[in-house]
Amino acid sequence: MSNITEPRGATKFLLRANAGLVYAFFYVPIVVLVVFSFSDNRNVGVWGGFTFDWYRDLADSEPTKDALWASVQIAAVSTVVSVVLGTMAALALERFTFRGKKVFDALLYLPVIIPDVTMAVMMLVFFSQAANFFGFSKGFTTVTLSHIAFSISFVSIVVRARLAGTDDTLEEAALDLGATRWQAFRHVTLPVIMPGVVGGGLLALTLSLDDVVITQFVTGSGWTTLPLYVFGLIRRGVTPIINAVSVVMLVASMALVAFSLLAQRIRSHDPV
Amino acid sequence: MNEQLDVATMPTATGEHRQRAVEISGVTKRFGDVVAVDSLDLTIADGEFFAMLGPSGCGKTTTLRMIAGLEFPTSGSLKIFGDEVGTLPPNKRPVNTVFQSYALFPHMNVRDNVAFGLKMSGVGKKAAGTRADELLELVQLSGYQQRKPSQLSGGQQQRVALARALVNKPKVLLLDEPLGALDLKLRHEMQNELKDLQRELGVSFVFVTHDQEEALAMSDRIAVMNSGRLLQVGTAEQLYEQPVNRFVADFIGRTNLLDATVADGDSIVLANGTRLRAPSPHAPGTKVAMSLRPEAIVIGTRDEVPADQAAHSLDGVVATTTYLGHSVIYDVKIDWIDLEVRCLPERAGGRFAPGDEVAVWWDRTSDWIVPDDIDDEIHHDGPIDVVQAAQDRDGPT
Amino acid sequence: MTALDIEPTQIEQPAAPVATPEFEASNIRQNRRRGLLIALPAYTYLILFFAIPLFIVVLYSFGTRNRFRGTDLANWNLESYRALGDDIVRTVLVRSVTLALITTVICLLVAYPLAYYISTRPPVVRNLMLVLVMIPFWTNFLVRNYAWYVILGTDGPLSRVTETVGIGETRLLFTQTAVVLGLVYGFLPFMVLPLYASIERIDGRLLEASRDLYANGLQSFRKVLLPLSMPGVVAGSILVFIPSLGAYVTPEILGGAKTTLLGSYIVTQFLTASNFPLGAALSTVLMAIMLIATMVYFRKGGRTL
Repeated sequence: MSNITEPRGATKFLLRANAGLVYAFFYVPIVVLVVFSFSDNRNVGVWGGFTFDWYRDLADSEPTKDALWASVQIAAVSTVVSVVLGTMAALALERFTFRGKKVFDALLYLPVIIPDVTMAVMMLVFFSQAANFFGFSKGFTTVTLSHIAFSISFVSIVVRARLAGTDDTLEEAALDLGATRWQAFRHVTLPVIMPGVVGGGLLALTLSLDDVVITQFVTGSGWTTLPLYVFGLIRRGVTPIINAVSVVMLVASMALVAFSLLAQRIRSHDPV
Repeated sequence: MNEQLDVATMPTATGEHRQRAVEISGVTKRFGDVVAVDSLDLTIADGEFFAMLGPSGCGKTTTLRMIAGLEFPTSGSLKIFGDEVGTLPPNKRPVNTVFQSYALFPHMNVRDNVAFGLKMSGVGKKAAGTRADELLELVQLSGYQQRKPSQLSGGQQQRVALARALVNKPKVLLLDEPLGALDLKLRHEMQNELKDLQRELGVSFVFVTHDQEEALAMSDRIAVMNSGRLLQVGTAEQLYEQPVNRFVADFIGRTNLLDATVADGDSIVLANGTRLRAPSPHAPGTKVAMSLRPEAIVIGTRDEVPADQAAHSLDGVVATTTYLGHSVIYDVKIDWIDLEVRCLPERAGGRFAPGDEVAVWWDRTSDWIVPDDIDDEIHHDGPIDVVQAAQDRDGPT
Repeated sequence: MTALDIEPTQIEQPAAPVATPEFEASNIRQNRRRGLLIALPAYTYLILFFAIPLFIVVLYSFGTRNRFRGTDLANWNLESYRALGDDIVRTVLVRSVTLALITTVICLLVAYPLAYYISTRPPVVRNLMLVLVMIPFWTNFLVRNYAWYVILGTDGPLSRVTETVGIGETRLLFTQTAVVLGLVYGFLPFMVLPLYASIERIDGRLLEASRDLYANGLQSFRKVLLPLSMPGVVAGSILVFIPSLGAYVTPEILGGAKTTLLGSYIVTQFLTASNFPLGAALSTVLMAIMLIATMVYFRKGGRTL
């Protein structure tokens, strides 16, 4: 596939300008946010001199720390479970045939395309009914169960992509050399798909940490997650501490992304 | 009397009979409606370098996989040194495979790749490592232990695959198109190395290829397959000089096939009415084809034809000449037939030019009559006893 | 020296049966069973915690809101769906669809030149540019919307800038424009990537040839580039339109009470108005639109996400 050739003249200028504007559009808000998080002024968008005050407030803020801790716990459980289930789903779909496979495949896609709101509504209604049935209250369980419900699909997509690109004769070779099915999986398949599993895990982690609507609907007292807390703050009345929280969350997600890209890079030095 | 069995149990130089390493009886493999392998009977002797040859889709790879255990036959018996293994999973068979794509484990280094089989059967890390090192030395890759497969060339990867497959001391080694991915020069080198290795180890090597030249060059015996059926098993000579049917004649090397009908035990009649002396064991009226190898045909002028060969000679006109350096190829047009004739160059290039009127003839033992039937007729009687047929024609040698 | 000098490893040879079609069939069945077992945990989970909730919601959409702010499922009716025709609901729906369409169009207009430009860069630069497009996407969604909240507020930086330049104060916060801005910001990567993927696949020689054949770049674009990149256009449009239609967080933060969109409206039905059936009906409709759009996406040869 030949490269598309360089555009010329006026087109080139326009394209460059457009590209520049788009990237500015992408990054200016982030920069602004970071800048104003150091602004000594109660009014969020106004500059008032440099300060660390808001970060100090953040560090002292109990509710923020509680919210963070809640988010982390939920995300941890959600990630682990959805990685296991999602990887198994991917393996089943890529390496086996069985009755009901098509239905399973379709079912796995739904959580990806369903809008947040619909899913939030679904889970709310379900847990209201279930609460009567099973008697568990809304809180950690309901939130985590909901997060897992949408994360499994994302994990399976990532792992499937990795599996599909893998030579399946590797497993045959393992069997040929004397491995049992389990040994072949443990020593050959799993290591080879590990970048996919890790990528899927990071995706599940991000989705869980970021979620707002679904969590809002199904959470109970004491389990306000960080995004939910920030969301509430914004609607109730903005204080600059939100800037600080936002920047911290920003840095954290960027770090996660960078980490995940690096991890993939290191692994991908082994072409399959 | 089945020729292939004779060879399999043929006494070796020391007088002992060779064992049957692989014995396939009546094996059929169906994938849904498609019959990949149709009632195959094949025996491979211990210590043989055996090739399975045929076009894509002929069933050779499926057969190999059934020996390995990566597929199970739909029906039939598959024995290895007398033990029925057809339904055993691959990890329980004393057979190992070198895959076409090598299938080296990308996340392990060379040493771990080679030692894999041993570790799976419980051998300790140290012992496994030592054995792996020995095998790497055998394939001339000492010093490459720590490298990853992605850091190796194609030829090196293949050696690692070989070492890895030999580490368990398999009773039969299977190779799936082992040299396909290598460039020409490397291929020739590897052909010789594989032969040497096989001789040194004394283990049966069974390999699959679609390259008939490769099969002829390396193998003790070759099985030619097409459309899931075994057509002929024999040495390279037997296949080349006494092909059992049209397909085999055409598949191995280059040949001219002239359609004809058997007139009597001594002669055939070509489609244009020309009568040629050509003995064959077929009944008069049988549709046959005469197989003439290009290098067996002599080309010259009509008056050069020896008297005793006139009964199998033809007249024609040179259509094209191709100079290949080591030989000259003439395309001679005889009525509707295009004969390809190959001879050594004379003087500067070839002796004849396009448009020249020439005669072609051949020695009475150089032609070979093949029946014109479709493959299945051959199959049901089992492979034809070609040794006997040749004896019938030419008299005892 | 041969490697066979050391004692051979023992391989057990249990007495194995001869192959038969029954054996082959049972082996295939075994493999299927294995596959099903491996899929089972995720399968069960999704049925329990996804399919059933979805089903319940659809069920609710046929219920009625009873006097005690609960939901009566006994009398099935299509009231809620009829209510979708009510003025209020219709306004919300129309507004949401319009905004989603505007967002999609803007994204298309902005992303296309960018995607084209990226595909003309050398590979290293290309990858860098693509990663730079993705990075904002990976940061927290809430935070990104909040950033615009800060920028667009009265006395916010944007207003300051326009004042300095002389245009005067800008009060964009809590307007539909702000919402569109937020949506475009959030979903632009979804448009850039499929477009880029589709344009990158086009053979550059075709474009060269078309430039020779057609008088100017515009024609070459209309007759060759655009049709060839259509799969990317369709994919990107669907990937932007769908989430924009169901957006909740962005309108909540950047929009105001005046601009109620579908997402917020549904949420209100559940959290405030307790009109579950109506909310359920709206969710079902939204879900149906998504499904149809997705099927269109796959029909047009869209690849897996």
